[in-house]
Amino acid sequence: MKALLIGEYRQGKLLDSTFELFGFAAQLGGETAFLLVGDETRLPACDGPLYLAEAAECGEYNPDLHKQLILQAVARENPDFIVFVHSSYGWDLAPRVAARLKAAQVSEVIGLTDGGFEVGCCNAKMRRTVKPSTARAVLTIQAGAFPARQPNGTPRIQRLAATGNGGLEFVGYEPAEAKDVDLTRAEVIVSAGRGVGKKENVPVIAALARALGGELGASRPVVDAGWIEHSHQVGTTGQTVSPRLYVACGISGAIQHLAGMKKSDFIVAINKDKDAPIGEIADVLVVADVMQFVPALTARLQR
Amino acid sequence: MKILVCIKQVPDMESRFKANSQGVWFEETDLAFRMNEYDEYAVEQAVQLKEQLGDAPEVTVLSIGPDRVVEAIKKALAMGCDRGVHVQDPAAATRDPWQIASIIASHAGDKGYDLILTGMQSQDRGSAQVGVTVAEELGYACATTLVGFAFSDGTVTAKRELEGGIKGVVRLRTPALVTCQLGLNVPRYPTLPNIMKAKKKEIQTIAVAELLKEEPLATTVSFHPPARKGGGIVLEGDVGVLVDQLLGILKDKTAVLR
Ligand SMILES: Cc1cc2nc3c(=O)[nH]c(=O)nc-3n(C[C@H](O)[C@H](O)[C@H](O)COP(=O)(O)OP(=O)(O)OC[C@H]3O[C@@H](n4cnc5c(N)ncnc54)[C@H](O)[C@@H]3O)c2cc1C
Repeated sequence: MKALLIGEYRQGKLLDSTFELFGFAAQLGGETAFLLVGDETRLPACDGPLYLAEAAECGEYNPDLHKQLILQAVARENPDFIVFVHSSYGWDLAPRVAARLKAAQVSEVIGLTDGGFEVGCCNAKMRRTVKPSTARAVLTIQAGAFPARQPNGTPRIQRLAATGNGGLEFVGYEPAEAKDVDLTRAEVIVSAGRGVGKKENVPVIAALARALGGELGASRPVVDAGWIEHSHQVGTTGQTVSPRLYVACGISGAIQHLAGMKKSDFIVAINKDKDAPIGEIADVLVVADVMQFVPALTARLQR
Repeated sequence: MKILVCIKQVPDMESRFKANSQGVWFEETDLAFRMNEYDEYAVEQAVQLKEQLGDAPEVTVLSIGPDRVVEAIKKALAMGCDRGVHVQDPAAATRDPWQIASIIASHAGDKGYDLILTGMQSQDRGSAQVGVTVAEELGYACATTLVGFAFSDGTVTAKRELEGGIKGVVRLRTPALVTCQLGLNVPRYPTLPNIMKAKKKEIQTIAVAELLKEEPLATTVSFHPPARKGGGIVLEGDVGVLVDQLLGILKDKTAVLR
């Protein structure tokens, strides 16, 4: 069995998540080959072939060209699996490669089971086991699902080149918005999710945050709807936090939210749905209506 | 200019899911269905572009599925799309993303759409494959995960959302396909007059057999709840009692209340 692992490089740096590909490959077993559009002067250790193209020439984000590079490496290595991280780079590129190879793609793999791949579905509430029917398959792995592994050795560099851009031109990066609250330093965070119902209810959650001496956090839909500012957003596209206490109010527990708060010391979730996936990582799940429970809790704390 | 929006109807994610009799997907009885959230942003963006261009573009909305999906198509028409295409497929839930994409690509192949919009993923399957695969099959320029969209002179300038709040700005020449991310815009609520107007809009029905030529490349062998890692305490009951219980636990287990 052989896996071709596709590394990810952004703003001049190899992303740490790339090493999770090696952790995944270790569980899969067999040989690996590595492909990176990056910088020759700053290569990670790894044994086996490293297919390399220079980001300075090929662009960090030029999916059509990167697809061609990957297809070249596939032709030479003949791998059983082509593996990406399920990230803005991986989910964008993987289906292009799969379509050209007419290979099955399994997205956002979280585990291996007897000949199949375990993936989440229904907003992380349920799981599916998926089996590719094609001899070769394209996989994306969920960020954080597999342990990072630093390979060692000296790579055997194989150079790749291609041209073109498939009608897409990369203009540049735009930095993240400046943060007016630094949630990463907060000891207590009380976050509001869509389950709070409406903007007018947000002060109720903010009052609990104050009563606990903490900061107000938010899930993404609450930010998108303009109820709370983006600087309060917790998750993959917001802040990553690890307070002593995290209280999730009306938050379902989607993976992108969990990624931002699962390292909290103690997690309390208030949700009317006993099956909400937040229950998976909560130390305490209070099954209740937030708008009834939270004011009652705040009132007791203020007494 | 011709625009296509592809939408999926999905269950309300707050539902309780049970496996169907084959054990490979959810049992549909008792579930309430609605338009996939990511697709609402795609519909809204298409309608905004139509407005920007003085009503000139024709916006077609397509959905694949059993008859219930016509409700989602009607909502998109009430939001401002011009015409609907219902690819009637009672077995849509058994198709893999490759088949769904190939159905859309074979519909779109000879229509000359300048722009195709889809959600970045569905809330139920979450594969994030269909849009990109359609683009690949049609040879369209493609960008995913859009949180910003502007159009002028046949060029789309798109803002892609990357991890940690960083964005990547790209330009695409048409024909192009884009996949829409949460927060791209604020999807409008259909007004009553627009709901009435939508009733007169055409919805074409096409049998899936006319468009589906591909076998699946992957199979779902099991649909099941996650294994409970256990350990967490679940508190249920009267709110007053719950407050006391929770405060007791917090005093015991954390340092924040001392
Ligand atoms: C690329 C990408 C990046 C993303 N980045 C982020 C991110 O950084 N942060 C983030 O949060 N999300 C992010 N998301 C979105 C994420 O997938 C979820 O959609 C989001 O986290 C859901 O927010 P929520 O839990 O508040 O809402 P929902 O999923 O709608 O959940 C609402 C919850 O409230 C409960 N509820 C409803 N009413 C009540 C009530 N009265 N009382 C108690 N409980 C109630 C429901 O049971 C449900 O569990 C991202 C998604 C993508 C695709």
